[in-house]
Amino acid sequence: MENQHIEASHSTAQASVLKNLAEVRAMIRRHKANDYIFSIIGLIALMIGLVTLLILFVDLVSDGYPRFTMDFLSEFPSRRAAKAGLLSAWVGSVLVMTVTFLSAVPIGIAAGIYLEEYAPKNWLSDLIEINVSNLAGVPSIVYGLLALGLFVYILDFGQSILTAGLTLGLLILPIVIVSTREAIRGIPVAIREAAYAVGATKWQVVFHHVIHYSFGGILTGVIIGMARALGETAPLITIGALTFIAFLPPSPVTDVAPFISFEWLTSGFTVMPIQMFNWLSRPDHAFHINAAATGAIIIFVTLLMNGTAIWLRYKVRKNIKW
Amino acid sequence: MINATTPIKAESKDLNFYYSNGNQALKGISMPLYENKITALIGPSGCGKSTFLRCFNRMHDLYPGNRYDGQILMYPDNTNILASGVDPIEVRMRISMVFQKPNPFPKSIYENVAYGLRVRGETNKRVMDDKVEEALKGAALWNEVKDRLQDLAFNLSGGQQQRLCIARALATDPEIMLFDEPTSALDPIATANIEELMSELRNKLTILVVTHNMQQAARVSDYTAYMYLGDLIEYGDTDMIFTRPSRKETEDYITGKFG
Repeated sequence: MENQHIEASHSTAQASVLKNLAEVRAMIRRHKANDYIFSIIGLIALMIGLVTLLILFVDLVSDGYPRFTMDFLSEFPSRRAAKAGLLSAWVGSVLVMTVTFLSAVPIGIAAGIYLEEYAPKNWLSDLIEINVSNLAGVPSIVYGLLALGLFVYILDFGQSILTAGLTLGLLILPIVIVSTREAIRGIPVAIREAAYAVGATKWQVVFHHVIHYSFGGILTGVIIGMARALGETAPLITIGALTFIAFLPPSPVTDVAPFISFEWLTSGFTVMPIQMFNWLSRPDHAFHINAAATGAIIIFVTLLMNGTAIWLRYKVRKNIKW
Repeated sequence: MINATTPIKAESKDLNFYYSNGNQALKGISMPLYENKITALIGPSGCGKSTFLRCFNRMHDLYPGNRYDGQILMYPDNTNILASGVDPIEVRMRISMVFQKPNPFPKSIYENVAYGLRVRGETNKRVMDDKVEEALKGAALWNEVKDRLQDLAFNLSGGQQQRLCIARALATDPEIMLFDEPTSALDPIATANIEELMSELRNKLTILVVTHNMQQAARVSDYTAYMYLGDLIEYGDTDMIFTRPSRKETEDYITGKFG
């Protein structure tokens, strides 16, 4: 009798455990369904971006395919679409990028280090921080207007490679500053304190440690900034880039001492996206092929630069674990 | 028993410390550090023991708004190392520190140990090699790393990394070495190694160690200070503190009734 009673209560307890278990399993399934649904939505969202870009790239490549020849890179623009080339545009892009790099990178890194390591933390530095971040969002044509007033009219640099390089330098300066600061902030306090604790000065901490360890992040910011500058058109049109030039700027290297010339800085110029824009705005369809080829080249170079950034960051970060 | 003939290496006198948010973390701390002895700071978390330790190498100067009030005198030169006229870098050159978690630089083993010397402008390779070897031997790490000095410090185990950090702190011949819970991130075997090392280092320098582990304080230290909420409750010979504390609060803490 007693035994039977115990057995009965035991089996009811078992039944309730099993029922509970079934409910828990159902609940987990319901909750997991959310994971599944979100991963589908996320994948679709990702594909919208990626597939669009891919289609664009493939379209450009297939349109521009006939012009992927060495001639296209070694010929000047021409009235005959089939003879027109990209020479003055890509040389212009390289020279403008050089000025941009040389102006924005040292200034941006120095400003980032100053703001992060040296500047007193008060309302003024907060204000500057907000402004630097905001500058990154200013439309590029506004930089073009600023540059037209400052570099062309006031400083009288002319509608030159120098003006263009400095304009794009200004444009990417906030990107370089922000990425420098982010990279510096990623360095753990413990490492910094370790350096100070052995008696290092601020300068030694910055130059022996901070710059080394944040180099990967800074480099990434620089390359992403440069990739953006490469595709910029509006500010350069504003400062008066040429749209049709059949000459190259004077060579930076000469055959007489001192073998280096800076004459190219004052030369007129065009760059690849402007050349593309120019070809695209012509009614003759043959020129559109040139434009597509140019677009594909610009995207390819941009991807190449970003790929380099990822690779370099990986190389640099390999030895740093925190 | 506090031996009256043991010379004092440093001494805090009525030390108050305020964080930038106005919190007073230390309230009138006065206690000596005897030369070539190990002094342990114990107390529940938040009692100010790490704050006190970090006054000795002016670590608080790195963050704006922190304020010291009072003195830490260093002997034999009677320098008040908290005085505004004394450069914190000078203080850190005399008093080195080992941190809670091993924090080697992402550089080679050799460079980690040599860094203090580089900061001091040492360029002679021979001198540097000798100092690095001496420091690594002093930190009981030489035999394990002598064949791979150019390896990255991160490839060492946690216990080895902490001994590397001790070697880094040792390479510059400091007068005092500070340890901020040096074994809290380590396993028992690595902890035993570090404790043994500290006992040996005592012959060369004066040690101040913060520990949350009372057995550790009892094992390694000569003197112990019990702190609570920024106050120094009791200071004395370690054997005394752990066997016959004179204050009720100390007894409650070390017997585990509290904390």
